[in-house]
Amino acid sequence: MNTLLIVLVVLAVAGVYLSWTAGRIDRLHARLDAARAALDAQLFRRVAVALEVATSGMLDPATSLLVADAAHRARSADDDEREVAESDLSKALAAAFPDADASRALSAQPGAEDLLGELGAACRRVEMARRFHNDTVAMTRSLRGRRLVRWFRLAGRAKMPETVEMEATPPGGLLP
Amino acid sequence: MKVGVVCPYSLDVPGGVQNHVRDLAEVLLEAGHSVSVLAPADDDTPVPPYVVPAGRAVPVPYNGSVARLAFGPLSAARVRRWIREGGFDVLHIHEPATPSLSLLALWAATGPIVATFHTAMPRSRVMTAASSILRPALEKISARIAVSEPARATLVQHLGGEPVVIPNGLFVDRFARARARPEWQGEGGTICFLGRLDEPRKGLAVLLRAFPTIWRARPGVRLLVAGFGDVDEARAQLPPECQDAVTFLGMVDDEGKADMFASSEIYVAPQTGGESFGIVLVEAMAAGAPVLASDLDAFRLVADGGRLGRLFGVGDSAALADGAIALLGDADQRAELRDAARLAVRRYDWSSVAKEIVAVYEMVAEGLTGVGEAKVEGGAFGNGWSG
Repeated sequence: MNTLLIVLVVLAVAGVYLSWTAGRIDRLHARLDAARAALDAQLFRRVAVALEVATSGMLDPATSLLVADAAHRARSADDDEREVAESDLSKALAAAFPDADASRALSAQPGAEDLLGELGAACRRVEMARRFHNDTVAMTRSLRGRRLVRWFRLAGRAKMPETVEMEATPPGGLLP
Repeated sequence: MKVGVVCPYSLDVPGGVQNHVRDLAEVLLEAGHSVSVLAPADDDTPVPPYVVPAGRAVPVPYNGSVARLAFGPLSAARVRRWIREGGFDVLHIHEPATPSLSLLALWAATGPIVATFHTAMPRSRVMTAASSILRPALEKISARIAVSEPARATLVQHLGGEPVVIPNGLFVDRFARARARPEWQGEGGTICFLGRLDEPRKGLAVLLRAFPTIWRARPGVRLLVAGFGDVDEARAQLPPECQDAVTFLGMVDDEGKADMFASSEIYVAPQTGGESFGIVLVEAMAAGAPVLASDLDAFRLVADGGRLGRLFGVGDSAALADGAIALLGDADQRAELRDAARLAVRRYDWSSVAKEIVAVYEMVAEGLTGVGEAKVEGGAFGNGWSG
């Protein structure tokens, strides 16, 4: 009788723990979707602003072409080439706006300051969105790596999330 | 935006986190956002209109010192009510691993949550505990911010991931407006120090050991010491002949602090450890005082490796004296440091720091319906564990 009671209690506790952990995983997955969507939105915005800068006539033709090409590739890249293409856009922007002195000279043109400010903000947001996304991925992976979670398949059939590995450092010339 | 900010420490006690929370709230309000700050306070303590008191803070030993924290069922109930009735678009929790309102709020809330970590501690016992016990709560954070590189490193070491760094802010113009007070200045130059007199890690002893050497090399030099503590005990550390060259200012208000920097040829930061950011260095730079600081990670970053301020070995009084004597005798070098620093501190101004923080709010709140109350599961034990 006593043994039965103990077994029942243990089972109940285990059940509560498992359902609670499953809840944690669900919550993390929902956050993961939101973080991924936020990152996509910021990347899209950066491409749009970069294209606008490239076609605004404020840059010399060579730099314009460089930025426009990288932005265009980032926009049209397939999913598996995406990270590379976005990294290339980061590198192209870093090359186009290397330091504050060069940017100050550009800012003297009418309307350029606002546009460059917007581009700088978009780059910074990409960097942050990538980090927030990868933070969530790290949390999810560590929870899903636990033995209990694997044995009881608490994560269901959801794919193990991957961090987004791309160069996202904002260009030195566009920092506030 | 409607922002709920949680501060774990009483706002009437001075401190880095409290200052940050108060300044941030005021900047956000000025920018047209709606802000409510939840902080420990008695119901009859006068607080700014945007602060919601969450009950009295109790002094308890925590993490090696005595902290004033708010916890227990009464605080927990108030936190829940504040979240339920606030209707916030985003919740910004400071020091979420502190066993005070921050942790209670993290448990009780669901939705877009931003957290700022202020502390830098290698091998922190608190953070090690946090990584296992607090993990379920910390998982709820959508965006993690560290105020400095050392704070970020601490966070990565204990919890992993990739937090972003958004530095502490200050009102640069308030410091730039500071005026030198002639009665504080010495004819052989003026050096200043700020910090508690009796807290060893603030490093006053390091500076007092170096001072006789400086005094002999630069007759007429004056040392200003601002901060709370036992003045007689501090003065006794000096040889009798140079005691008159030291002025103890006691606690100074913000204006006095800025004026002290503006009156000085050098601000010395001899701290020996435990610094996460070094906001005082930035304040001194904004007020136009060339900085001579110990070579801690946090200080080296703020001083950009020596370009914006000179560095000396941690705890090395002889090197401090050499550095101070060199700087006092070289007006060109001081002017160079002052100009470079004045330009560099703009990025710490609240106008740019707050913009970054609002960008984070917008990013985490996008597409979500705002902050709600986590449902309670499993009675008292599971208080807020589910989301």
